[in-house]
Amino acid sequence: MSIKQLSIFVENKAGRLAEITSAIAAAGVDIHALSIADTTNFGILRLIVNQPDKAEQALKAAGLTVSLTDVIAIEIEDKPGGFAKAARVMSDASLDIEYMYAFISQDSGRAWVILRVQDNEKALEALRTGGIEIISEDKIYSM
Amino acid sequence: MTNGIWNPEIECMERAELEQLQLERLRALVDYCDRNVEFYHKRLQEAGVTAEKIKTLSDIQYIPYTTKADLRDTYPFGMFSVPRKELVRIHASSGTTGNPTVVGYTREDLSNWAEQVARLVVAAGASDESMVQICFGYGMFTGALGLHYGLEKIGATVVPTSAGNTEKQLKFMRDFGTDTIVATPSYALYLAEAARELEFPMDAYSLKLGLLGSEGCTPEMREEIEQRWGNGFFATDNYGMSELNGPGMSGECRERNGLHINEDHFLCEVIDSASGDVLKKGATGELVVTALTKRGIPMLRYRTKDITRIDYEPCACERTTARMHKILGRSDDMLKIRGVNVFPSQVESALIGFHEIGPHYQLVVRRKNFADHLEVRVELIDGSLLNTYGALETLQKRIHDRIKTILGIEIKVSLVEPKSLERFTGKAQRVVDLRQAEE
Repeated sequence: MSIKQLSIFVENKAGRLAEITSAIAAAGVDIHALSIADTTNFGILRLIVNQPDKAEQALKAAGLTVSLTDVIAIEIEDKPGGFAKAARVMSDASLDIEYMYAFISQDSGRAWVILRVQDNEKALEALRTGGIEIISEDKIYSM
Repeated sequence: MTNGIWNPEIECMERAELEQLQLERLRALVDYCDRNVEFYHKRLQEAGVTAEKIKTLSDIQYIPYTTKADLRDTYPFGMFSVPRKELVRIHASSGTTGNPTVVGYTREDLSNWAEQVARLVVAAGASDESMVQICFGYGMFTGALGLHYGLEKIGATVVPTSAGNTEKQLKFMRDFGTDTIVATPSYALYLAEAARELEFPMDAYSLKLGLLGSEGCTPEMREEIEQRWGNGFFATDNYGMSELNGPGMSGECRERNGLHINEDHFLCEVIDSASGDVLKKGATGELVVTALTKRGIPMLRYRTKDITRIDYEPCACERTTARMHKILGRSDDMLKIRGVNVFPSQVESALIGFHEIGPHYQLVVRRKNFADHLEVRVELIDGSLLNTYGALETLQKRIHDRIKTILGIEIKVSLVEPKSLERFTGKAQRVVDLRQAEE
């Protein structure tokens, strides 16, 4: 099962991240995870939040270009080789990872990874078969 | 009228004959200005020009240019040539900066003006069978009354709805069977949009012809207007300005291969805006017009600030009058980048059709290492491209390639956030030139 991720178009200029995240805060939405990569002029900010639809509305109302994307969240062991195991499963199933980001879980000894792939269904199937734990929407939003 | 040509005798005249007529009229005009307008008398005297010295059309180059500033400086009636009892109408431009420009018409001027408009609207496809709604604002602006009298002259049925009240406009269109509209291109587009939002099907409208003017219309915009109206709607462009009577100087025929100039009334030249030098036939530059028959407020070599080029080859429609290309831009807006002339309108036409970006754009010019760099900033509005950087980069490259093909110079395209570019309520300032600025 996939979860919702927000993607926001951000110009590379002073104060933009503060303004965008303030708009999310003003809507009473909590950010669980974020990632940003940039080129020289702009970046795409990716967020996992507890109320994606509400955050999307708030950002659109603030005039931003934003979209909701289905991504996969998995849980791995926070120890050497933890992620390698999941990556191996993906590679064995010939699944390309477009981008990913990871963070430590509130449960000790665990880490969570957000994966963006071309075919969610196929990836979920492969991960399940490979014994990788998939995190549900409910669990990640109520984190 | 024969074969859809209002005045074949003039419109299909042999070039040599036409030029002879222009020369005679030019001599008479110079003599008239010299005798009746103090402003021109001084200018002509300083330049040492008299009617006798005009031997050929090219001798016009010795006459000084007239500018909009001259009209403002002599506000309101300083350049008028007739006593008040001979004036029968006054019009004025909006005058966004400083004094408005005021123009006056004698009875003969109005009659010539109606004749000029009659030729253009017939060339566009109007006739005595047409039911024409004029959606230009009536008033001091020349657009509405200019088209009004020209259309009445050809016997069309004129419906003077004036501007605004879109629902009423559409109701009359449906109920009267209006087949022709006079409007700005943007209003013609807006009307079509509004028509689609009402509960009536598009075949409730019989609109077949658009006489569009008073603002520029790129071929892309024309296509958009025609598509939105559908049912074979045909949009034509016409050109003029209050200093030259109003609409009626030139307009497109059914070939739509340039705007036919009423050359027996308007003698056109194309000059280099910066140096003031007259350019050779066919070159692109600023249009300068001498209104050969205008008397209320005569115009000698008026600098229009509009950029175009003129084609003197006869048209497939059989008219022999020269055709001016659609206005490429204003000399005020023209940018010279690495020696190449660039108009914001060219970038605008390149951007039409990219639905991933908004309609606003900005051009930023910088100088780096002694070379000019042009950046085109556009607003990204399509969220579906945010999955990968690749999608955004592909969009940037597609926009880049399209603009580069049109301008012929290297540019940089920047995607910016929606609503981050400045919005303009009046005349748009789309260019930021930082070449003289310290960065």
